[in-house]
Amino acid sequence: MESLVYEYQGGVPIESPRAPVIAGVVGSGNLEILVEAEGPDDRCTIVVVTAATGFGTIWQAVMNDFVARHKPGGVRLSINDVGATPAVVSLRLEQAWEAFKGGSA
Amino acid sequence: MNHSYYEASARERMAAFLDPGSFQEFLPPTDRVSSPHLRQLDQPGAFDDGILVGSGRLSGHAILAAAQEGVFMGGAVGEVHGAKLVGLLERALITRPEAVILLLETGGVRLHEANAGLVAVSEIMHAVLAVRTAGIPVIVLDGGQFGCFGGMGIVAALCDAVVMSEEGRLGLSGPEVIEASRGVEEFDSRDRALVWRTVGGKHRYMLGEATRLVEDSIPAFREAAIALLGTRPVFGLEDLEAEHARLRERLERFGDCRESIEIWTRLGIEDPQSLPLLETQAFLAQVGGKRA
Repeated sequence: MESLVYEYQGGVPIESPRAPVIAGVVGSGNLEILVEAEGPDDRCTIVVVTAATGFGTIWQAVMNDFVARHKPGGVRLSINDVGATPAVVSLRLEQAWEAFKGGSA
Repeated sequence: MNHSYYEASARERMAAFLDPGSFQEFLPPTDRVSSPHLRQLDQPGAFDDGILVGSGRLSGHAILAAAQEGVFMGGAVGEVHGAKLVGLLERALITRPEAVILLLETGGVRLHEANAGLVAVSEIMHAVLAVRTAGIPVIVLDGGQFGCFGGMGIVAALCDAVVMSEEGRLGLSGPEVIEASRGVEEFDSRDRALVWRTVGGKHRYMLGEATRLVEDSIPAFREAAIALLGTRPVFGLEDLEAEHARLRERLERFGDCRESIEIWTRLGIEDPQSLPLLETQAFLAQVGGKRA
């Protein structure tokens, strides 16, 4: 198992206080993502706990892509992963972000 | 939106089962009350330890409810997972809801947590009986991908009512466990048709272990649970002895049957071979009052 932390700056602050959301389930080839409003306005912290070790650079690429697309600010994403593929991770990130922006818990 | 109960996650089920927006979760994922054991075993945990518990409304009635997530470790009961369920049941003794409703999907004890999981399951049993003794019904819904087995199969049998879909399964030892311990001649766990006509919802309904059989949709489970809200626990020594007598009689009547189809034949069902293929409504019409 491996823990990874990614910090991004220069994000766009979220507009108003939003309820935390959770997307996905911790199961084989899947992951859960908890999105919470937290920290300085332009900061995005992503904490990953994954069953698969040694894939840090691939996680970094997927996260860079997500952050470049949405410019999340003032949020923390916490992830529990059981070997999801990059495509599944991207899909869950989109789901989680859409739910968070939509304000649905 | 897909309303299949079987396909939905625990969170999707809870949201669609209760009155819209009424669910108030206790110990939500943001509290991060998760398993201390899995991390020591170098395994990822879940922020809710695979179960959500809370209060909500069902057709306006105040209830407490729990939903197990089968995809996370087969819905297995670990120390924290079990404690959340016990806490919910004990809360019922204080807040006195109309019912406690358990959306179970579980293989039983989480073996990674061994004794802590076993203790948790025994505490759940104790708490279920305490809630029933207090006059509050405990109702189980069973229609998920992983069925309801092991110690939690016993818990389901301790409750006032069990609502199942054809897809649901209920038992003590699961098919793979029976095959592993008694051999493939005893039970072939890869024979899907055999598995479903032995532990599936239709046969559980025929034996009277499932109170109601519904189609695989969250609204159908919701409707059945609403209809069962008036259930009052019947729970005295006489009732227990009557139940034992009923089970003894059932064993005498069907104990020599090798297969569920033999039981259905003995129950006087016409064309028993056709039962597994029937849609829920057609099945209910065909079996009529001929349950064991």
